[in-house]
Amino acid sequence: MADSNTVTPGYFNALTVGLWRENPTFRLLIGMCPPLAVTTAVKPALTMGLCVIFVLVCSNIVISLMRNLLKPHLRIIMFCLSIAAFVTVADLYLRDFSPKMSETLGAYIPLIIVNCIIIFRAEACASKYNVLISILDGIGSGTGFTLALCILAGIREIMAAGTFAGIRVMPDSFVPWAAMQMPVGAFVTLGLLLGLSAIITAKKD
Amino acid sequence: MDIVYSLLMAFLSIVIVNNFVFTKFLGTCPYLGCSGRIDTAFGMGLAVTFVTTLSGIMTWFVDYYILVPHKLEITRYICYIIIIAGAVQLVEMYVKKFFPPLYKSFGIFLPLISTNCVILGICLFINIWGINNIAEVAVLSAGSGIGFTLAICIMAAIRENLKLADVPPSLKDAPITLITAGLLTMAFMGFTGMIK
Repeated sequence: MADSNTVTPGYFNALTVGLWRENPTFRLLIGMCPPLAVTTAVKPALTMGLCVIFVLVCSNIVISLMRNLLKPHLRIIMFCLSIAAFVTVADLYLRDFSPKMSETLGAYIPLIIVNCIIIFRAEACASKYNVLISILDGIGSGTGFTLALCILAGIREIMAAGTFAGIRVMPDSFVPWAAMQMPVGAFVTLGLLLGLSAIITAKKD
Repeated sequence: MDIVYSLLMAFLSIVIVNNFVFTKFLGTCPYLGCSGRIDTAFGMGLAVTFVTTLSGIMTWFVDYYILVPHKLEITRYICYIIIIAGAVQLVEMYVKKFFPPLYKSFGIFLPLISTNCVILGICLFINIWGINNIAEVAVLSAGSGIGFTLAICIMAAIRENLKLADVPPSLKDAPITLITAGLLTMAFMGFTGMIK
């Protein structure tokens, strides 16, 4: 699979590149708002991740289809417009089928529009390669993002409430760390996780 | 006098107590990516403040006089993003013409202001909070930009000193910046509850 990487990325490569090597949160440090904002518990984090995967795949398809018509100075606005359309779809869907979750996530769902991950993938992949590769790339990057979100949310939820996705995992004598629920918990946990990922990368090389 | 007082409170609330960077995590990308040097950070903050003020007021007008009366709320996000992109284009042309060195030091971050969460964030929050008074909208939009400038300048000042510090190799750059940001957030938490 590795040697198919010469001209266009191979299909397998397109799918896996976003999982770790170009993981948006841990390696590229883009789209940092949702990993910090919605990770107080696992459920909203997972919902957010699924929304991002949906928007990423759909916008990659559209942008890949119109890649030959794009003018350089208008490309970012075209990306934003196609993303905004799909975010509206996701927002309306969520508002109808899961009003409570929609309320929890609040403004962070429309804020997917300006999430750098989607624009970055559009710029780096969808505006260059064909539809199939763009779809795989969207799924890969989206999954990598969702995994990062869930890891962070898992740590924070266990520390702050002693539960994982609403199920109690810590013994009753566990004293919750209220700080993990607050913004400071988000920043410090993500900082330490980035340090950990830097150690892992250094060991691998 | 009541109006002035309430506007002043709204301003202090959005700049310090409910600072977008510290309490809502908006604008974290440039906050971490563009805070290496204090002059770049300050220029970035000013550009963002200009765009938030312009687009906050314009989106409110469009929302209030066009979208709501004609029942076009479904296109809200698309309209917002067009207005923001237009305002950013304006700033980009202005900076390119009058401040070429600043334009160079921004690099890719200048066109990416349109994807700065603070800007779309303030437009959305003005809508969510249901503010229907143009003076308050103007104060809140300008205040969110000033709050962002404050946050990014504090961060840049700390990072300039951090370069001299002995940081463990695995925590260099981004991780230590995030941990510093966490501590800063804790400091700003001291203001919680001072104003509504």
